[in-house]
Amino acid sequence: MIRAYLTDPSPLATSEFMQITGATMGRRLLAIAAVPLALGGCITVEAPTEPIVIELNVNIRQEVIYRLAEDAGDTIENNADIF
Amino acid sequence: MGENMTRSIIRTALGAAAVATALGGIAAPAFAQRDPAYAAARAAGQVGEKMDGYLGIVGAETAELRRVVNDINIKRRAVYAERAQANNATLEEYALTAGCQAILATTPGEKYQAPDGTWQTRTSAAPLRDSRCP
Repeated sequence: MIRAYLTDPSPLATSEFMQITGATMGRRLLAIAAVPLALGGCITVEAPTEPIVIELNVNIRQEVIYRLAEDAGDTIENNADIF
Repeated sequence: MGENMTRSIIRTALGAAAVATALGGIAAPAFAQRDPAYAAARAAGQVGEKMDGYLGIVGAETAELRRVVNDINIKRRAVYAERAQANNATLEEYALTAGCQAILATTPGEKYQAPDGTWQTRTSAAPLRDSRCP
């Protein structure tokens, strides 16, 4: 019986040259495999754990509040029954 | 002479009474008292000052508390609207400013709303207020 090979089976790495070449290829493969791991660290996306709250009062500026502060204080004094 | 003196005393007394009436008429709104139900709820910590310038119910809501709070808040809103217009500001701006002042005006033991939304009991220390408060 004749075995059919799609590709030639590699001979055993008997010589020193073959062993060194094989080792280099192994290191390259390891380096290629490490690339996605490194990239994976760069694009980590974490889902927010708390709901997003839209602050409706954010457009009220501090200087407006400072301008109104004195009048508001007087209003509270003049309407003591409802404050 | 005795008669003159009596007249003078009467005139002075009448004058003083008139002045007192006039002053009382002017000062009456400033010294208006809180409704007893409101004062009691406030003292008991059942209602507190919110950051937005309105009154809120702190614990369990009852129909009576809701009535008191709504009544006060409707009146406050009317005052805020009038003063906001006079100061060329929006109702929300004026109400928030009044909230800053109302929280500052709470007395120890009364409730107020902190910037994180939680109810706090006022102590002798300064209250926790919005960073924009003066």
